[in-house]
Amino acid sequence: MMFIKILGPGCVNCHTLEQLTRDALADLHLTAEISSVTDYPTIVAYGVMTTPALVVDDRVVLAGRIPTAAQLRDLLTTAAD
Amino acid sequence: MTSRSIPSAAVGGWRRPVTQGFTLTAVAWLWLFAYQLNRPWWDLVVYDWLGLDEGSRLGSGVHFFLYDSVKILLLLTGIIFVVTIARSYLSLERTRSLLGGRREGVANLAAAGLGVATPFCSCSAVPAFIGFVAAGVPLGVTLSFLIASPLINEVAVVLLYGMFGARIAVLYVASGLVIATVAGYILGRVSPSRWVEDFVYRTTLRGAAVMPGQQLTWSDRVIMGREEVATILRKVWPYLIVGIGLGAVIHGWAPADFFTAVAGPDNPFGPLVAVAIGVPLYSNAAGILPLVEVLYAKGMAIGTVLAFMMSVVALSLPELILLRRVLKPPLLAAFVGVVATGIVATGYLFNAIL
Repeated sequence: MMFIKILGPGCVNCHTLEQLTRDALADLHLTAEISSVTDYPTIVAYGVMTTPALVVDDRVVLAGRIPTAAQLRDLLTTAAD
Repeated sequence: MTSRSIPSAAVGGWRRPVTQGFTLTAVAWLWLFAYQLNRPWWDLVVYDWLGLDEGSRLGSGVHFFLYDSVKILLLLTGIIFVVTIARSYLSLERTRSLLGGRREGVANLAAAGLGVATPFCSCSAVPAFIGFVAAGVPLGVTLSFLIASPLINEVAVVLLYGMFGARIAVLYVASGLVIATVAGYILGRVSPSRWVEDFVYRTTLRGAAVMPGQQLTWSDRVIMGREEVATILRKVWPYLIVGIGLGAVIHGWAPADFFTAVAGPDNPFGPLVAVAIGVPLYSNAAGILPLVEVLYAKGMAIGTVLAFMMSVVALSLPELILLRRVLKPPLLAAFVGVVATGIVATGYLFNAIL
């Protein structure tokens, strides 16, 4: 089971990233627990300064932009291995 | 960061960059062609086909609106694309590591310069601020970065160049750098840390900072450039239409020396009033520039015009509300005060020397 966190202060981009992640997980038939991190100190503690960012199992795999669906599937597959 | 290179670029092999190179060259030529043809085309349409009189208010207003809309759209598209690709080689994380542990003074200047070159949106102002401070970048240096970033706007630089020529564009960049450097330096001298929200200093960094710029291929950068153009155009077009429309009205109807009396070179309060009006206003460079062009054409002094533009783009309420999350009111007030003073001073300087 993967633990996925979406880092971002609740902006439009963060919600988009969360939805894309859910879609990608469904496409890949993976299950994961998704949670949002919205407070700045925790976001910055991950070494992230540009949001939205995607954290899989406590590792930052993407920061500062919204990936394409294909990129996201690729990131999640890699992380799931 | 553990990601592999992004698949879209890897799949095409060497063929993709080559096709992309051809497409880019073709688009660049098309762009140049359209830019050159813009004025003769609207001359033909407005004055010949529509039969409007070149000297009339309606004729010159309509021509101004159409010609300027196309010119600014072309400039914006070209500039944002090129700037986004150039900037993709730098990231906020890299900038931070360049600034970390440096002494104030020179570092303020470096921060101001990097503020111009680093891809940054004011929506990231708060995490960037915390990230910089937590990594040991001095407060004043961090503030120089945060001032320079919106103040010296790449869109404004190129539009100024397109409308007023190289001298004004260079002066704008130089004065923006001086304001950001000096303002950050001054704010760093007043022991500002007592006016920073406590949680900022309790933030600790775990692990290495993310370097999102490292694994990008050329194709990724081109795609990013294209997406950025689309995003910015989607965001600025209403401002642009209102700005150019307002410009067209003033262009066509206001008498040629309308602003000379109120805000011409002889009015000692020009820049002061311009900044007082500009700070609460919020627009972006693309929306304000058409207006700036017309104000200048109708006799407003260049320093006053530039001060107005800088105060509109550099200080905005939404950004101040964001910064309030990390800065206590006294420092926030000092921030606004120092930057506004710098802009007013620049206005007077330009009015005096140009």
